Amino acid sequence: MSINLLRLFGGRSATAPVARERLQILLAHERGLLGQPDLLVTLREEILAVVSRHIQLDPDKVTVKLDRGKTVSTLEVDIEVPNGFEAMVRGGRRAAG
Amino acid sequence: MAKVLVVTSGKGGVGKTTSTAALGAALAQRGESVAVVDFDVGLRNLDLVMGAERRVVFDLINVVQGVAKLQQALIRDKRVENLWLLPASQTRDKDALTDEGVGKIIADLRTRFDWVLCDSPAGIERGATLAMRFADEAVIVTNPEVSSVRDSDRIIGMLDSKTVKAEKGERVIKHVLITRYDPVRAAKGEMLGIDDILEILAIPLLGIIPESQDVLRASNVGSPVTLNDATSAPARAYFDAARRLGGEQIAMVVPTERKGFMNRLLGRKAA
Repeated sequence: MSINLLRLFGGRSATAPVARERLQILLAHERGLLGQPDLLVTLREEILAVVSRHIQLDPDKVTVKLDRGKTVSTLEVDIEVPNGFEAMVRGGRRAAG
Repeated sequence: MAKVLVVTSGKGGVGKTTSTAALGAALAQRGESVAVVDFDVGLRNLDLVMGAERRVVFDLINVVQGVAKLQQALIRDKRVENLWLLPASQTRDKDALTDEGVGKIIADLRTRFDWVLCDSPAGIERGATLAMRFADEAVIVTNPEVSSVRDSDRIIGMLDSKTVKAEKGERVIKHVLITRYDPVRAAKGEMLGIDDILEILAIPLLGIIPESQDVLRASNVGSPVTLNDATSAPARAYFDAARRLGGEQIAMVVPTERKGFMNRLLGRKAA
């Protein structure tokens, strides 16, 4: 209400609320990224290590992506597995046993 | 016990050097012994703002490299006897500053002064990280403007990770000093308000320095604004900030030169 009155009075729209909102969104994003710069690298390495225990993988075919949304973020893990991996697993077991 | 305080911001041109000189002089005018140290190697200006540019013989890098002793490089202010300046080098490269060398100088300054104020260069590179490295407290100078607030946020992150205190698991005490504030424009919604900035940065407020012609007037003649005209609006704001640094609780008001038309009309109380 008071902002509207001031707007009438000043003849120009208040831009500070826009500045405030833009900053809040930007900084929420930047703080997340800068706070844990190695998060994705760490996730990728650990996921690769766990899966590699059971399946032979090409490390270059593992991608980890993090999309930050306003309320919810999604973690996307994409692992390309070579065809015939089951045979490799069985082969591995036989060799171990 | 001596306190080491870094005056920093990330963004350039927001008032770090002006604030270092004004706060340093204000603390000294209150009877404390103060050293102001310029970390802006290659682009020194604290000497100029303090009016000591023609008295620089040795500088910070000379002391780091052992060419000069600390007491040879320190310049005593001609107006306030317990205020000293350690200038930066204008010609040398900032790579001449080492972590260890700066650490030794700061440790030495701690034994001689009540306050050591480190004027940080802009940016987030070596000069800025060295200026904050050994700090106990930080004054983050911020203009009510988006790019300044963003850079301040970044600097706060660095204070929490790249300082000796942070590495020991302790905290650097942080304060935000809002400079070039125009209460009339903020009231009209044309400028980020104090509450907006404090909510976004989430650190306590040290002071609000109003936009004022007195700041330029003081730097023109090489005098910290608190010395040049102690009754001016920015000087009063800096004096209040200096007292808060000393731990005093003082009501937060924006000093004004004269009560403007808009202020009276709105009956607005500052922050």
